[in-house]
Amino acid sequence: MELVCPAGNLPSLKTAVDHGANAVYFGFRDDTNARHFAGLNFTPAKMAEGIEYARRHRVRVFLALNTYPQPDGFKRWQTAVDQAAELGVDALIAADPGVLEYASTHHPKLNLHLSVQGSATNYEALRFYHDLFGIKRAVLPRVLSMSQVRHTIENSPVEIEVFAFGSLCVMVEGRCILSSYATGRSPNTFGACSPASHVEWIETPNGLDTRLGGVLIQRHPKGENVGYPTLCKGTFRVGNNTYHAIEEPTSLNVMELLPELAAAGVKAIKIEGRQRSPVYVGQVTRIWRAALDAFERDPAHFTPRPEWTAELGKVSEGAQTTLGAYHRPWQ
Amino acid sequence: MTDVASHQPRLALGPIAYYWPRARVQDFYTQISTAPVDIVYLGETVCSKRNELRLDDWLAIAETLTAAGKEVVLSTLALLEAESELIRLREICNNGRYRVEANDMGAVQLLRGQAFVVGHSVNVYNDRTLALLARQGLMRWVLPVELTAATLADMQRLRPSGIETEVVVYGRIPLAYSARCFTARARNLPKDDCHYCCIDYPDGLVLTTQDNQGFLVLNGIQTQSARTVNLLSELPRLRELQVESIRIQPQAEHTLDIIDVFHQCLIGEQTTSEASAALESFMPTGGCDGYWHGGAGMEKRYES
Repeated sequence: MELVCPAGNLPSLKTAVDHGANAVYFGFRDDTNARHFAGLNFTPAKMAEGIEYARRHRVRVFLALNTYPQPDGFKRWQTAVDQAAELGVDALIAADPGVLEYASTHHPKLNLHLSVQGSATNYEALRFYHDLFGIKRAVLPRVLSMSQVRHTIENSPVEIEVFAFGSLCVMVEGRCILSSYATGRSPNTFGACSPASHVEWIETPNGLDTRLGGVLIQRHPKGENVGYPTLCKGTFRVGNNTYHAIEEPTSLNVMELLPELAAAGVKAIKIEGRQRSPVYVGQVTRIWRAALDAFERDPAHFTPRPEWTAELGKVSEGAQTTLGAYHRPWQ
Repeated sequence: MTDVASHQPRLALGPIAYYWPRARVQDFYTQISTAPVDIVYLGETVCSKRNELRLDDWLAIAETLTAAGKEVVLSTLALLEAESELIRLREICNNGRYRVEANDMGAVQLLRGQAFVVGHSVNVYNDRTLALLARQGLMRWVLPVELTAATLADMQRLRPSGIETEVVVYGRIPLAYSARCFTARARNLPKDDCHYCCIDYPDGLVLTTQDNQGFLVLNGIQTQSARTVNLLSELPRLRELQVESIRIQPQAEHTLDIIDVFHQCLIGEQTTSEASAALESFMPTGGCDGYWHGGAGMEKRYES
């Protein structure tokens, strides 16, 4: 299985390459990709430098262009596709059908991957993108159970990449607009969820309140660890209960499922975190490289080593990890 | 300009997003058969476990509504994961009689080559996407709920000829879909043993912030806005933009009254400002129209 690692900037790209990534993914410095954060991402010049570095180490490079342009902005996405083709990236990761069509007609040699933001959760949807745009690979949303992943791959016309580690979307990607409901900006339209520009941290006599677009997301008693106010991971009230009504602040970690994922025919596993530091990228890449190597050496006896799990736990959101939807026993 | 001024959008009624008992659904559509709506979308769009009505039941309702002069469209699930869901989807797509609304690209794939509708959970964010879907057989699309009036205007200018546009003008906004059931979670039940508990919440289950603001609505695997989108005051603009149909989403109470408000305003029997107070009183948690104006979805800019 290919290990696909995040590169929010050039130092992250280099450290991912140095620690054993098979592929790295990055984006332009604007709203054409779903990690549109201040200070993150690449200019075309930096991209060229990154690609050169990756090539020298035989690591593939994917460009994420995975937001949804509206008519007045389409030109910028179009230019970004042209630049990607010119840079010679190994694949373009896109979500919008209009963008995919432009890429497939104007740059037929450019490999296309359907982004997780493309929201394809079943093989009929995958067939649509394959029939119309000739996509080579798709990244599955983090909502499928292991048996659904297996069944989807059996019927898929394209190879499948799944998320293995990092922040967890509990909603199906590409069709969640909770963020824009509170802030006007969503991953689809702006390339960011719960954008920092709309976050307020307010000291109160009892501790710290975090608000997003004015909406109270989290109320931290004094001394409690303060997490980022991602909307779906807030604490809300339903009936008489106050709790994480949608999702706990946890990270996805599917390492113990590696043998099952491989048996299902998963071609690549993805590490989330272009917004994280180069140190994070280095650590996580190193551990996953070690795990994949151990698995390939002796698939029958693979189990995650306790020190890997402990180290990954330390860099996880909320310092806890989950198998996400993969372990659901139901359909 | 005469054409623009006289352009009259048709009234559409969206599918019921909630889980209502079978008899309630049937009574509801008996009432709808004499209500002034032109298009009715029928079917389960949220959760495949909901089984109060089977396809045959929906088809029987469709027959009654068709006899009453309504255009019936069969709606499909927004989140398709399991093979059992695809099997049911194929049955709907191959019904041979009624037009189908695709709410996922998987449904679009099955409908390619026949005339179909795409609902608001298919991401049609630009004219390129609209044009390529039109080449597959699309005849009507529904504006994704987070897009603005300005984007709609661009889309209308650029849309292929013969393609109809529908805009959701009233209803709680669908914001997200998940593999997880938040209603079952609220009841401390696992999803695989959910007791079909969303039947207890005919308008969904309101989630409030810790400072008591009604914020979201849990509706099984779907999350909605607590506030109701309301574009009544935008009717002149929707006419000007040559929108063919406007959609009202059913809610537990007052749906017929809401339909009536829009109908009266469309035919000029009432002005939107006269009707607005009544409409406001039908909303369970107040109104909003922020998306339409390019703001946060929950903002309320219209006067009431």
